[in-house]
Amino acid sequence: MASVREFSERGADLELSGIQKRFPGFTAIEDLDLVIPAGSFFALLGPSGCGKTTTLRLVAGLEEPTKGRILIGGRDVTGTKAHERPVNTVFQSYALFPHMTILENVAFGLKRRRMADAMPRAHEALKLVELDHLAQRRPQQLSGGQQQRVALARAIVNRPALLLLDEPLGALDLKLRRQMQLELKGIQEEVGLTFLHVTHDQEEAMTMADTVAVMNKGAIEQMGAPEELYELPRTVFVANFLGQSNLFTGPVTGGTDAALTVDAGGHAMTVPTSRAVRHRGTITVGVRPEKVVLHITDPGETAGRNTLGPGRVVDVSFSGVSTQYLVDVPGAGTLMVFAQNVGHGPVAALGSEVWLSWDIAHGFGLADEPAEGDRFLADDSTTSIATQHREGLVAELGES
Amino acid sequence: MAFAAFATAEAQPQAPKKRSRIALLLLLPGIAYLVLFFLTPLISLMLTSLQAPNEFGDIGVYDYAFNWQNYVAVMEQYWPHILRSFGYALAATVFALLFSYPLAYFIGVKARRWPLLQSLMLVLVIAPFFISFLLRTLAWKQILSDESFIITSLKALSLLGPDAHFTGTPFAVIFGLTYNFIPFMTLPLYTTLERLDVRYLEAGADLYASPFHVFRKVTIPLSMPGIVAGTLLTFIPAAGDYVNASRDFLGGPDTQMMGNVIEANFLVLLNYPAAAALSIILMAAILVLVGVYVKRSGTEDLL
Repeated sequence: MASVREFSERGADLELSGIQKRFPGFTAIEDLDLVIPAGSFFALLGPSGCGKTTTLRLVAGLEEPTKGRILIGGRDVTGTKAHERPVNTVFQSYALFPHMTILENVAFGLKRRRMADAMPRAHEALKLVELDHLAQRRPQQLSGGQQQRVALARAIVNRPALLLLDEPLGALDLKLRRQMQLELKGIQEEVGLTFLHVTHDQEEAMTMADTVAVMNKGAIEQMGAPEELYELPRTVFVANFLGQSNLFTGPVTGGTDAALTVDAGGHAMTVPTSRAVRHRGTITVGVRPEKVVLHITDPGETAGRNTLGPGRVVDVSFSGVSTQYLVDVPGAGTLMVFAQNVGHGPVAALGSEVWLSWDIAHGFGLADEPAEGDRFLADDSTTSIATQHREGLVAELGES
Repeated sequence: MAFAAFATAEAQPQAPKKRSRIALLLLLPGIAYLVLFFLTPLISLMLTSLQAPNEFGDIGVYDYAFNWQNYVAVMEQYWPHILRSFGYALAATVFALLFSYPLAYFIGVKARRWPLLQSLMLVLVIAPFFISFLLRTLAWKQILSDESFIITSLKALSLLGPDAHFTGTPFAVIFGLTYNFIPFMTLPLYTTLERLDVRYLEAGADLYASPFHVFRKVTIPLSMPGIVAGTLLTFIPAAGDYVNASRDFLGGPDTQMMGNVIEANFLVLLNYPAAAALSIILMAAILVLVGVYVKRSGTEDLL
């Protein structure tokens, strides 16, 4: 195949249409459509078991879709084998060949494509990840971070049209992960390849990707630029998985063309119509915790602001740059508030009476409603959400 | 460097000594066993191989001497048997490897999803051990004898000539050796392949290697420890085997291996020095061949 024998001039776009993947006993992906433009850094974000790794393996050719087509650069590759696709993967486990040196590992793909100058190119790629001095070592002799960089060099040295990253930073500690995120982003901009990055770390996805797709239960919930996704989530899952949200459910009681008013447990909340998905019936609205302002005295009704109160502070946790308050407001439930520690503004003590307010323009209306007991899913760490989700899926599997 | 090594050795003078005394104590039964049952016979064998016939004695009576000509004599007399031994052993090892590798690969890699099938197949590989290999080899002699169903059918189909035999041919001996040593090849191969991480194979495919190249560049090198162990466990005993090539089993007058010659010299001809010299030659040759093989296969860092 000619296309695999040569370097890609630039990244190619990836198109998945109507992909379905069934495994014996369960369906991993249900009717997935996705277009990733050439040269972009695309992140697939979701909890474990949402089908994101399966999607990656389908693109790499390590799994065959039950239904649907995969196109890379406009060419249908659905039926082709992994070694015939212009795609390289950085595996979660790195999968560096233990019987080869670092240099041989990096040159492996080039040699298979019968490149004449495999060794110089391999050295060049190792220089890019600053590991050329370890070229003669074996993978077992390297640290996790170094192995990760070798895995990256082994993939990008082939200049694939599409580079697949399967949680490649998962095994690294926080500091190294930050550094690698920046390096990866730098390499992507320098080399201009199309990156498809799969991760369950929302922060990683938001800092690195141009476009983030949030995946849940084998389908894409919402897709867009990180800021857009964060500022205007459209489903409860996205609102809680990507950052945290205060959500309120209630019937639409009125409003104008510009704004809707929702009655949430006796509190009137106003949301811009343009930021709400549904406009009648019972809807769920929300606001991000850092948009909420804490007041020690009753601020009163102010035009353009939603006010809640009085409530009681039930938990205070200090995290350096900000303080996180949990405020229990009768009728509205427990709200989360992030207050920047800027040295001025109110500081509330545990158990004190407070009022909350936020700009109406910061609210959003969601397409669905939280499931029973979903209210406190807004956990700090995405891994615990992922664990919960996985348990749910396992239970589901057990039933069927 | 030397100083550093010296310093670390000096740093803890008491503790290791105590521990090494206990270790020595625990090693004692093993060492005693080796001295009694390995070293003593080996030295005895070496001394015997240098004995000279007693000038006035009967057949089978020898005096201690330094008669190294024994080695020259047996080499001159038995070189075809020596070559045959290693030739047959090599052929049997190659056939056993060709037969066992796919089998071990299937049990160790492909059958991972069905643990029950995996254990069942392993039991089938080991099952022959429940019957003495002498009986099994005798059974093969029956199955492949001139009057057996297989041979008469082959003759009826003119696939074998009317006067052809199967038992007593080199082919039958190699067949017997291969059959008898297949479990010794399959089990070490299985243990390495069972641990083979299929993600390496996926990485190979992802890096443009066709299934053939993945097999050659990734699977084979990663299963090298199993290949080396299996071939050694087959080749060494096969080279000294005297059952399969024996006239009483699958062999004939033209298929005698070193083991048969040693047996004949020890038990029939009562030429103990010749038998001992042949044994030493067999041992030394295997030692050299195995040493070169392990060195060449480069599995030191994988073992």
